[in-house]
Amino acid sequence: MSTPLLSLRGINKSFGPVHVLKDVDFDVYPGQVTALVGDNGAGKSTLIKCIAGIYTPESGDVLFEGAKVDIDGPRTATALGIEIVYQDLALCDNLDIVHNMFLGREEKKGITLNETSMESLARKTLDGLNVRTVKSIRQTVSSLSGGQRQTVAIARAVLWNSKVVVLDEPTAALGVAQTEQVLNLVRRLADKGLAVVLISHNLNDIFEVADNIAALYLGKMAAQVKKNDVTKNEVIELITTGKSEGVAK
Amino acid sequence: MTTQQVLEKETLKGAASNYISRIKSGDIGSLPAVLGLISLVAVFGAMSEYFLTNRNFANLLTQAAPVMVIAMGLVFVLLLGEIDLSAGYASGVCGAVLVLLVTNHGWSWYTALPASIAVGALLGTLIGTLVSRLGIPSFVVTLAAFLAFQGVLLLLAGEGGTIPIADKTILSVENSNLSPTQGWILWAVTSALYVATGLNRINSRRKAGLVVELSQLWAMKTGALLIITGGAVYELNQERGLSAANSTKGVPIVAPMILVILVAGTFLLSRTSFGRHIYAVGGNAEAARRAGINVKRVRTIAFVLCSSLAAVAGMLFASRMNSISPSTGGSSTLLYAVGAAVIGGVSLFGGKGRMRDAILGGLVVAVIDNGMGLLGYGAGIQFLVTGAVLLVSAGVDAVSRRGALSN
Repeated sequence: MSTPLLSLRGINKSFGPVHVLKDVDFDVYPGQVTALVGDNGAGKSTLIKCIAGIYTPESGDVLFEGAKVDIDGPRTATALGIEIVYQDLALCDNLDIVHNMFLGREEKKGITLNETSMESLARKTLDGLNVRTVKSIRQTVSSLSGGQRQTVAIARAVLWNSKVVVLDEPTAALGVAQTEQVLNLVRRLADKGLAVVLISHNLNDIFEVADNIAALYLGKMAAQVKKNDVTKNEVIELITTGKSEGVAK
Repeated sequence: MTTQQVLEKETLKGAASNYISRIKSGDIGSLPAVLGLISLVAVFGAMSEYFLTNRNFANLLTQAAPVMVIAMGLVFVLLLGEIDLSAGYASGVCGAVLVLLVTNHGWSWYTALPASIAVGALLGTLIGTLVSRLGIPSFVVTLAAFLAFQGVLLLLAGEGGTIPIADKTILSVENSNLSPTQGWILWAVTSALYVATGLNRINSRRKAGLVVELSQLWAMKTGALLIITGGAVYELNQERGLSAANSTKGVPIVAPMILVILVAGTFLLSRTSFGRHIYAVGGNAEAARRAGINVKRVRTIAFVLCSSLAAVAGMLFASRMNSISPSTGGSSTLLYAVGAAVIGGVSLFGGKGRMRDAILGGLVVAVIDNGMGLLGYGAGIQFLVTGAVLLVSAGVDAVSRRGALSN
């Protein structure tokens, strides 16, 4: 395996008496989809928030491109090129696709917004992701379907030459056809060389797109393995019991 | 064929069907206000001989001006999904400050007016800070301010007293007109700028290879606007004096003033990042916060803008009444202003609305007020009808929003 782009070593995080993450190691590789699985309360969200800079781990190292970094806030994470797409997407329904993609980071010409440049860049990004389902990028987000919204949120995350994109259950609320669209998009992100972290409960989705699978069990990293080395049943065992005979820790 | 080419080949028919599907999906914009305005004008025109005269037209504009200005200020606050119930009395307080400075302290209008607007900005800062930093609902903060400002106005004016103003410049705003030539120059310059901005936008988009609005459609819209405004200037330039000795003609001075506020406000809302952030906060405050927008600052500034524009309206009240009284900006002023914004198409739920909606809605409210007055209906019936119209437009807003949600 190549060298990881983002590497977490011995991460610990507790909230008061609750020890949520215990010596967690986690590696994310460029050009690969790394699935992060685990039952509710296993610590997936906490781990993601440590990467996003929302929580600061009590101990442990974060290595980015081989160098030790200190992600002390969301802005640091963004500056490194780490983008998170949360489950609720955080889109403004009343604004159009371009506005949403540039929200908070509008391009300006003097004091006015540079709409043409933003629209061109948004169009280029969507075309680069091979998104063909959106008719006009000037329609408001309220008129989009769930899958299209997810697409916009993902496109927003990759607009900024980001290197790591974390997707929190991107297919949870979608129908079959739209899930397929979003999974294809996830695959294309990795094929473009991005490091993708995919949080999901759906093993079918994971086995369809992931290269690596990392399973958290009660705050510990049960195993991080290549997809081709495990079966679905073994992953289920890892999620539910934290160990599996076929998988060496 | 890429999506772009498909869209560029759109025809007028396609644009029309697009528009219809937008309306069906709940994005009705100012359509009800436009239809309402046309039918109201038709009904009152048929029932009263005086209604469609150019004297009444000029009168209607000056009558509507203060409410329109307050409504334009309210647009900023309503876009956030908040409300400012104190804007009416804020205009009274600021108007009183202006009149007191001019009449009692001998200030000139060009120092007193900025001072009164600064007072408005201060009141807005206070309200905005309480709402955004302490998190008190704007309804409660501005209801308290509504009472408090009423008290301040009473104290400033003295019990039952009115303060007169004799400053020629301030009085001329609501009482004098541009000369017919000035009116046409204003129309020509504004139209030229409007057309130039539109062409410039189309050109730069075409150069960047983006989808361009159908040029026929743009030309039709622009042409219609120029004809309507040109017709209005023409009508206002006709003689409307009651006697030959008392010649009155021309566009009221307040009209270009409202135009300036409208253009500045539209520019702020649609061309700057601050405007974009107002829509974002109104649409989804949590998303705006996560995108790195300073939500508290945006909220505070919106209230500052609202109260500052209320101060301008205070000047208009002073100009129209030649004085300020303890009831200036009171009674139905605020409700008419909120009504104007909502009737024009600004959503009470936030995130939807434009500056020009306040003008359109302000005209509807003024036409009802004016038309029913001419037909001899008393204040009771007028309030009833205006209330009903406001309720209908808020209902349309709510229903169209539900339509958009269920989409």
